Order: sequence, then structure tokens, then C-alpha cells
Amino acid sequence: MTSAIEVRDLVVERGRRRVLHGISCTVPAGSVTGLLGPSGSGKTTLIRAIVGVQIVRSGTVTVLGQPAGAAALRHTVGYVTQAPSVYADLSVRENARYFASLHGLSAADAEQAIADVGLSSASGQLVGNLSGGQRSRASLACAMIGKPRLLVLDEPTVGQDPVLRADLWGKFHTLAAEGTTLLVSSHVMDEAGRCDRLLLIREGQLIGDDSPAAIRATAGTEDLEEAFLRLIRDREGVEAR
Amino acid sequence: MSLRITFSTAARILRQLRHDRRTVALLIVVPAALLTLLFYMYENAGPTFDRIALVMLGIFPFVIMFLVTSIAMLRERTTGTLERLLTTPLGKLDLLFGYGLAFGLAAAVQAAVAVGAAYWLLGLDTVGSAGLVVLIAVVNAVLGVALGLFCSAFARTEFQAVQFLPVVVVPQLLLCGLFVPRGQMAGWLQAVSDAFPLSYAVDALAQVGMHADPTTTMWRDLAIVTGAAIVALVLAAATLRRRTG
Repeated sequence: MTSAIEVRDLVVERGRRRVLHGISCTVPAGSVTGLLGPSGSGKTTLIRAIVGVQIVRSGTVTVLGQPAGAAALRHTVGYVTQAPSVYADLSVRENARYFASLHGLSAADAEQAIADVGLSSASGQLVGNLSGGQRSRASLACAMIGKPRLLVLDEPTVGQDPVLRADLWGKFHTLAAEGTTLLVSSHVMDEAGRCDRLLLIREGQLIGDDSPAAIRATAGTEDLEEAFLRLIRDREGVEAR
Repeated sequence: MSLRITFSTAARILRQLRHDRRTVALLIVVPAALLTLLFYMYENAGPTFDRIALVMLGIFPFVIMFLVTSIAMLRERTTGTLERLLTTPLGKLDLLFGYGLAFGLAAAVQAAVAVGAAYWLLGLDTVGSAGLVVLIAVVNAVLGVALGLFCSAFARTEFQAVQFLPVVVVPQLLLCGLFVPRGQMAGWLQAVSDAFPLSYAVDALAQVGMHADPTTTMWRDLAIVTGAAIVALVLAAATLRRRTG
């Protein structure tokens, strides 16, 4: 299987604090990979490095065969930040059409993306008047326009109702089946089971990189939350010795 | 840079403005209202109103567009839309020229209303044509936009952004020749005044006030203001970083 993202010995410092301590991992193409870890673990920093907006101290990040942030990638990588980065003073439709136009895509592509995130009925509303969950779906729609080859989503399902969350995960897998690679971060463990592959990150270090089934098997428990805990304890046990 | 992206960015900014009706109303009404105030202040002072109102027609768009743009750009930074835009095919200059174009158009409407009110309601009298006054006002607005985009890079909060008004705009107002003719200033003040683009804008307006046809000096002044706006836009592009800490 080819990899969409390859991270080698990535070290990132923000201010004087080292946020990522030499992370290496790969994300297989055409899959849904979950980036799981508690708040403050370095998920967003890793994501920023992958989309090429983060200044890195050392290490390399290769995305679709090119160095992260390369100009050619701007056409093929969709990025959704944690805080919904859409214009609050525009309607959902106006936002989607603007982002479509940046990629040379049509209003119909914009409508399709709005429908994909289940916002068609609210497409005429100003984003500023939407609920938090709707706002982040509007932001998601703007990244999904035109089916990018890689979609990097920072906590896209926070605040969504359970039915919609299931819909969105269904949508992610449909996209993956069509060849898009998705990297989705979350701090909620119950979403981990929905991914094809998991990257577990804690305090800037990668503590797990496997399929959910393999992680369950290694840790000897069916519960992923418990598995995560055991991985951390094993690691700390090793360090203490 | 891509013309298509520049235009769609300008259209997006104008759409944002259109949803903010109160801002549109303020943009259009305030300069005309302030000119009316000037009219009554100088009711019996003859040509003084003509001189000051003419200069004000150039200063209002500069000040207002500087403020509006620095806040708009700061919002792009703080809401994350800038970071997102810079991961798309949009070029830095597409964004900056998009702002210049959008607010330049808004300034054209504003200037047309203000100039119309000044000439037809308040009896402003100039030797040169009103159309040239509108042209100079629009170029001034673009200068304000460019400086606003540049300055917003140095502000982290709205409080800081508005503080750039007294730092960047007020010195240009004081030394542009409105309060003391530039020829009567001390040598070093004249030198500072020569370095400020607004001085040339005011001089261009004075040319329209005195001559029936556009003079070479006026075109030279206008070229200097345009050049300053382009330099500020390019400097602003240099402050946009695709990668940040």
C-alpha cells in the first residue's frame, strides 16, 4: 500500500517548548486514519506540519510525494482547522462558492459539498447565525469541495449530534473508498473504532501506530480507551526501569 | 497571481460588506455629513470652505479605508481564515489586491456621494472638475487600504490595530499642508512631509482647485500616491507568512 503522508523524525518547538519529540509515522493512501490523543498532546501541531503551515525544527514531512506545503499540494489537500475557519458574515453558500472559486470549481461543486455535510437546508443562512456544530460542518464543506486527494480534518465532529456524526463518518469512508486519504484528529476515544488506522499521540510522542484491531490485540482489551491507557502505562513502565 | 482568484476574492469581500448594512450606511453617509458640518463652521468664511472641503474629500477615504481594512485583515488572521486561504491555490497578492479592489470600489461609491453632496448641496467651487476629485479620492482610499493591510500584520488585537491610526495616519494629516502650508514648515518637517504619500494627494487636490485642466504636477502627485500604495501592498505581502510558529 502506498503512503499519502510520511513523517520522519519530526521535531517542532513552539516558543521554547518542544511540542513534538521526533515523531515518525506514515498514513496509508485511500484510508481513514485517526489521530487520537488528549487535548494538548500535539495533534494540531502535527496536523499543521502536515499541511505545511507549521515551522518545524527538524525532520521531514512528505505529502503525496512532495514536501509538505509545496505549492502543487495547495490544489490537492483540503484542510479544516479546529476552530471553524469560514466567514461568519457570509452565508454557507457564499462561503462554499468562494472556496470553490479558489480551486477553479463551479457553484454546483459548492452545492454538492454543502449537501454532503447535510447543510442544504441552511445554505442561505449566515454562518454567524448557525450553531457551533453547523458552523464546523460549513467549514468542512469548504474543504471537501472538488474532492481533494488528501483531507486533513482537525476535530471535525466536535459538538455534532450522534446521528450526524455517524453520517459524517460514513461520508469519510465513502470518500476513502473513492481514493481520498483522510487524516482525522479527535480526542474522543469512541471515534477511534471508526478508523482504518490509528495514530495515538501523547505529550508529543507517538505511542501507537496500528489498526484498531491490532491495538486491541497488543493491549489485550476490546476497549480502545483502556487499550490507550495500557499502552501509556507500558511505556511509562519501560521508562521507569 | 491569478486574476480569477483576485476578482473572486474582491467579490467575496464586497459580499461580506453587503451583509453588514450598518457599515455600508456609515461608509456612505459619514463623509457627506462631516462635510455639512464643515459647511456650517465656515459659513461666512468664503473660500476657506472650498479649500478645506476639497482636502477633506481626499482625507476621508484614506482614513476610513485604513481603519476598515486593518480590522478586516486582522479578522482574517484571528479567525483562521487567513491560515486556511494560504493552504489553497490563492496567492498572497490575490488576497491583497482583492482587498484593494473591493475597498477601492466601495471608496468610489463613497467618494461619488461625498463629492456630489459637496458640489451640489454645499456649493463647493473648484476650478478643476469634480471627476478628478473622485479619482484622487479613490486612489487615496487604495493607499489607505494598502497601509491598513500592512499595519494589520503588526497588531495582534483590535485594540492594537486601532492604535495604528494615531501612529500612521495622524502624522500624515498634520504634515500634509492642511494646517500649515508645507512651504512655511521648518526644513526637517518639510522633509518628513515629503516622505508621506498623503502630502502628494493633498497637493494633487490643490491642483484641481486651482487649474481648469489636469496639470502635470497633479498627474505626478497621483503617480506617487499610486506607487506608494503598490509598495505598501507588496510590503504587506511580505508580512503574510505561509508558515508560522
